[in-house]
Amino acid sequence: MNALTAPMPLSLPAASPKPPRLWPRRTWAALLCGYAALVVLVPILHLAVPAGSALHVSDYTLALAGKILCYATVALAMDLVWGYTGILSLGHGLFFALGGYAMGMYLMRAIGKDSVYGDPDLPDFMVFLDWKKVPWYWAGTGSFAQQAALSVLAPALLAFVFGFFAFRSRIRGVYFSIITQALTYAFMLLFFRNQTGFGGNNGFTDFKRILGFPLASPGTRVVLFALSATLLMGALVAARALVTSKLGRVLTAIRDAEDRLRFCGYDPIRFKLFVWTLSAALCGLAGALYVPQVGIINPGEMSPANSIEIAIWVAVGGRGTLLGPVIGAVLVNGAKSWLTAAFPELWLVLLGLSFIAVTRWLPGGLVGLWRRTARRAP
Amino acid sequence: MNLDTPRGPVLYLSGVTVSFDGFRALDSLNLIVEPGELRCVIGPNGAGKTTLMDVITGKTRPDQGDVYFGEKNDLSRLSESQIARAGIGRKFQKPTVFRNHSVFENLELALATDKRVLPTLAAKLTPPQKQRIDEVLELIGLQQKAASLADLLSHGEKQWLEIGMLLVQDPRLLLLDEPVAGMSDEETARTGALLQSLSGKRTLVVVEHDMRFVASISEKITVLHEGRVLVEGTMETIRDDPRVVEVYLGR
Repeated sequence: MNALTAPMPLSLPAASPKPPRLWPRRTWAALLCGYAALVVLVPILHLAVPAGSALHVSDYTLALAGKILCYATVALAMDLVWGYTGILSLGHGLFFALGGYAMGMYLMRAIGKDSVYGDPDLPDFMVFLDWKKVPWYWAGTGSFAQQAALSVLAPALLAFVFGFFAFRSRIRGVYFSIITQALTYAFMLLFFRNQTGFGGNNGFTDFKRILGFPLASPGTRVVLFALSATLLMGALVAARALVTSKLGRVLTAIRDAEDRLRFCGYDPIRFKLFVWTLSAALCGLAGALYVPQVGIINPGEMSPANSIEIAIWVAVGGRGTLLGPVIGAVLVNGAKSWLTAAFPELWLVLLGLSFIAVTRWLPGGLVGLWRRTARRAP
Repeated sequence: MNLDTPRGPVLYLSGVTVSFDGFRALDSLNLIVEPGELRCVIGPNGAGKTTLMDVITGKTRPDQGDVYFGEKNDLSRLSESQIARAGIGRKFQKPTVFRNHSVFENLELALATDKRVLPTLAAKLTPPQKQRIDEVLELIGLQQKAASLADLLSHGEKQWLEIGMLLVQDPRLLLLDEPVAGMSDEETARTGALLQSLSGKRTLVVVEHDMRFVASISEKITVLHEGRVLVEGTMETIRDDPRVVEVYLGR
């Protein structure tokens, strides 16, 4: 565990007095090309290219890619707290799931009369439980705007309250990580109960439409996909601006020498709380986009293993690099969807091995490896 | 924060007691430091020197007694970061700098400015702030290394950088825990000259083991023993005091 929580050396010394300009020109070009490909090329290949063509992007591929983009956003959010601030969260899946549940509540209400039981107001699982009306905390869930806001605010509020007590008590390192595991586990048990009012172990599914647009239609799917790509790109730029600001340097200073920073006159609790809450809000937003694309949300998303997987994406890609965790999330999830189909029994073993290998031989992840190679070659 | 009485003491400790599991690290200790002093605190291991620093900087709360910075800042009620912002800077025994930041960035982080979250997010160095950092870089002799990572500095350079970080914080009172530990003779001499040049303008409290160094910089010395002040005075008075001789040589 020590290797995980120990601060990782940044490999590039910053040329200090110069104002940073986010990324070098070549990185910017690559990012914008990638983004354009996702929001222009992929929709064309899905909508305009006939299904028989080798270039066609299938429904399955589009949904998978959209899901991975949401995961990549979560990895980015995780990098802010773990890679930069040194807080290893093993409960980030909870914030993602809460955002998903907030959106799922709207999607359940939007099913309306098309549900199995045909009740225009009550979601099926409530009819099944013999409830006569929606519970008080479902008030207003028919409003998209309210639930979209809630998908950010609910995880942010939970993170703020949890972080306030944890950081104020100076809980750090593995102790903090363990408590975040317990937190997501507790919520998973809570959401498994039918009486909690979130569909129990089945969660929410069978969604029909969003804002009146059918979720099964290619047009809706393409828009959701493009929104996911836009969220990732926007989050990437914002996160980069954050970590290159003075606040970003304070975060890294918390990771490396929190006591020194306190004696410099900063209150580390406030800075941790800021980045922790921001990260949770970003996860919630990613969750809200994830649910309409995959069509289901259930308490399994809150399982401790899911949160650990997020940490693995970040470690594989490279902590404290922003781009690394995005790459890590794409590669690990790409490999997962292929391997769980091809060699289902091997997947968890390979995932575990890759994590051990990265921690042991590649503390900087793939980006760290790439930087080392680039420096060696003149 | 302004000191309300320019003539009163900068630091006032009265009857301060700190116990850890029954062991009295500080035992009704009294200490008064006047503005502009360069005070050295010496004492054998376990005398309470580091606990004294911890109490002044808010890391440890006293069980009893008063700790005042100026007349109005009750240090036993302020948090560590509030105390730092009130004007007390501390150098740790082991040099502690932000090792993944450049020398310049280390000073930028320590610089006296608004240290709340959102102002920090929006912070841009103003020309006077940049000038202040350059001045301190020159004072600590690290202009040439402004852009290098703090981790790559030598031990002595790290000590100086940490002193520089205290200076840009613009504190009224500097606490230095063994500032010349692990330094060569030449580095020690340079550090001594630096500290002496600061006294008068600022108040310094130096905890040190190196007696030669203490003798070379300080006019007034406080000897701690078992959590109390044993003797206070010039080097000559202390050297001749039989109690000091017994504490240092008698065991």
